[in-house]
Amino acid sequence: MYISLSDRSGGKRDKPQGNGTALASEVPFRLSPVILWLGIVSMVTDVSSESVTAILPLYVTGFLGLSTIAFGFIDGINQGASAIVRIAAGWAADRSGHPKRIALAGYGLSMLARIGFLFAGGFWAIAAIVTGDRIGKGIRTAPRDALISVSAQPEHLARSFGVHRMLDNIGAAAGPLIAFFVLLMIPQGFSTVFVVSLAFAVIGVAVLALVVPDIQARGLKTAGGREGRRLFAFSWSHLKEPGLGKLLIAAGLLGLVTIGDGFIYLVLQARDSFAVQWFPLLFVGTNVVFLALAIPLGRLADRVGKVPVFIGGHLALLITYLLASAPFGGLWGTVGCLVLLGAFYAATDGVLAALASQLTPPGKLATGIASAQTVVALSRMTASAGFGVLWYAVGAATAMIVAGALLACALVAVALILRGTKSGPRSDLGGGA
Amino acid sequence: MSGTLAAGKTKWGILLAVTAIVLVAAGIYAVGAYQRFEESRTAASSVGVTAGQPLPGVPFVLFRNTASGQGYGNAATVPLSAPSGTRAVSDQECDRVYGTHETVVCLKTNRGLVTAFEAAVLNSDWQQQRTWPVPGIPSRTRISPDGSMIATTVFVSGHSYATAGFSTATEITLPGGTSGNLEDFALMVNGERLVTTDRNIWGVTFAPGQSDVFYATAASSGRIWLVRGSLSARTLTAMHDNVECPSISPDGTRIAFKKNDGGALAAHWKVAVLDLATGQETVLSEKRSVDDQIEWLDDHNLLYGLADEAVEGDSNIWKLGTEAASQPGLFIAHAWSPSVVR
Repeated sequence: MYISLSDRSGGKRDKPQGNGTALASEVPFRLSPVILWLGIVSMVTDVSSESVTAILPLYVTGFLGLSTIAFGFIDGINQGASAIVRIAAGWAADRSGHPKRIALAGYGLSMLARIGFLFAGGFWAIAAIVTGDRIGKGIRTAPRDALISVSAQPEHLARSFGVHRMLDNIGAAAGPLIAFFVLLMIPQGFSTVFVVSLAFAVIGVAVLALVVPDIQARGLKTAGGREGRRLFAFSWSHLKEPGLGKLLIAAGLLGLVTIGDGFIYLVLQARDSFAVQWFPLLFVGTNVVFLALAIPLGRLADRVGKVPVFIGGHLALLITYLLASAPFGGLWGTVGCLVLLGAFYAATDGVLAALASQLTPPGKLATGIASAQTVVALSRMTASAGFGVLWYAVGAATAMIVAGALLACALVAVALILRGTKSGPRSDLGGGA
Repeated sequence: MSGTLAAGKTKWGILLAVTAIVLVAAGIYAVGAYQRFEESRTAASSVGVTAGQPLPGVPFVLFRNTASGQGYGNAATVPLSAPSGTRAVSDQECDRVYGTHETVVCLKTNRGLVTAFEAAVLNSDWQQQRTWPVPGIPSRTRISPDGSMIATTVFVSGHSYATAGFSTATEITLPGGTSGNLEDFALMVNGERLVTTDRNIWGVTFAPGQSDVFYATAASSGRIWLVRGSLSARTLTAMHDNVECPSISPDGTRIAFKKNDGGALAAHWKVAVLDLATGQETVLSEKRSVDDQIEWLDDHNLLYGLADEAVEGDSNIWKLGTEAASQPGLFIAHAWSPSVVR
């Protein structure tokens, strides 16, 4: 991979005029240093947040001696709140024309929350801190993805998101390892984990504040300047963008048949007793596959079109369901599930942001990305609740097969919905999947 | 560095300085914490202890020692006749313990880059007999009076609807080594089988003299019941509302439990006692919130652990009479997870 930090001298960027009709192979890939630094911001921030997330249950139950049942409830509220804040933040980023400032507010809020851990004792203090952190995450995601989108070469949009997601996941994989290493050395060293977490959060905010430019989005502001100013104009107008509306429907439909990872891990755990002991490694395994495949699948999306890769990722998820519900299993069945699940994330997470930004007019970039991510988050929450009912009603394996069948139907529907969507430089190839 | 990056030389300098300062500060803190840990680990215990003793032959209280210094976090015993006297500390680290004269069950955390949790059965010389992995953070454990069955409750993460949510997993391990997850038992409420997914079972207590019967807490859709379980029929039958972490008295007539009077989010657990024959419920006078599975000291007195608010990671065991007016008193300082072995 060719990474150059100085290839953008003079601040001139050849922002596309049209929709990027050149072949990906014609334009050499050059990673924008902005994306590299945003990736580093995400990486250290994920080290910060995942290190605490990994040990929080231990801290609350084992160390403070509190029951944690209520955390599940609070976490549910937070996920909903985070999804809604995300749209508001995306809209604010577009309206102000300064996505960096909004992103900085989000990263800053999460950093302030980490300071709270140094003083927190009771359940409520911790719940408030976790809520602050979640809301911060909700605020920062869409503006950051908008910054990535405007900094990327349009021919290499998905690949650029892939680079960011890879760095992001390196942090997510390293955070828990760092936290558990600290606890291995210092068994009651929770405060040390919090201090280390705060240090990484501060570095993340510092990199963002000092190094990442406040791209006023040449493209971002001008187009949104006139009509984008009206309050609430954002809420439905972007649905009228023919491409984005279809994408939101498609993503929502697929989200509704995407059951949570937790359920898949539970099926594996029930089938293979070894998974009980290695439960935490299932998450790490999926993360590692995600980070390894983020760039290759991004490149593929740029070459053959983002829609086919997005759909292909869900095909991997479908195979995961079938593999998990198969009566045979063993180590390789489990590993196969993790690889497919990681591939699913690598093929859909960054690619969705790339697709959304491609289908959104420049003035509504952050709102468009936020809408797509919110639709996915909310529909997946609904799916998890629904799948829970199904799980108990018909049993784990059957529920998996039912979910797989629904996913297969949704895939056909989505392929039809997204047919003809401009999904990449070579849109002529992208349609028929 | 120029171009699209906003940083001039000054900014790079500031970034470098900030990064260096926070990393050095975190490093200094970590080294200091490590040194404090090493000191406390090798320091003499803050209470009178003896080491290397088997389980006492006389009635005793088994608990987790939380006195700072050597032996912090290890299973320990004191004679029932002298609970505040010298404690015999084992070399077994446990988060949660329960015992009989012959057997100790110890739920523990195996720290590592992949932190795992396990249940261990120890004999009266603290020698490990068998272990098995448990799927989450230790919460409660009980042994049936004859020592043949072991119940464990742990907090599982990644189990609930939200991936980061928390739920419990409760299993009973039978003599043959087979185990049953209580979530698979049929839950009967008002004569009807409850078919919902979001159910949690926790806090098993074994009825004395009845090998098939146990009691536990079941929750679903925000409702909480005391359930009477049958191992042979694989059923849980709801008996009474709002009973959490039941604990049956030695004579088998009453159940002590924690009763939430603070709502689902702002939980405040009162100590209460239920008479099984009459259904009469008595809420006791303890004002602090008790988040523990209560243990019976005898047929008229209860024991439970409370976290020490002044010292993180420390806790004390308190004693409370079952008369409505009785006041709590300190029973064993710097201790957690009491188990009375008569």
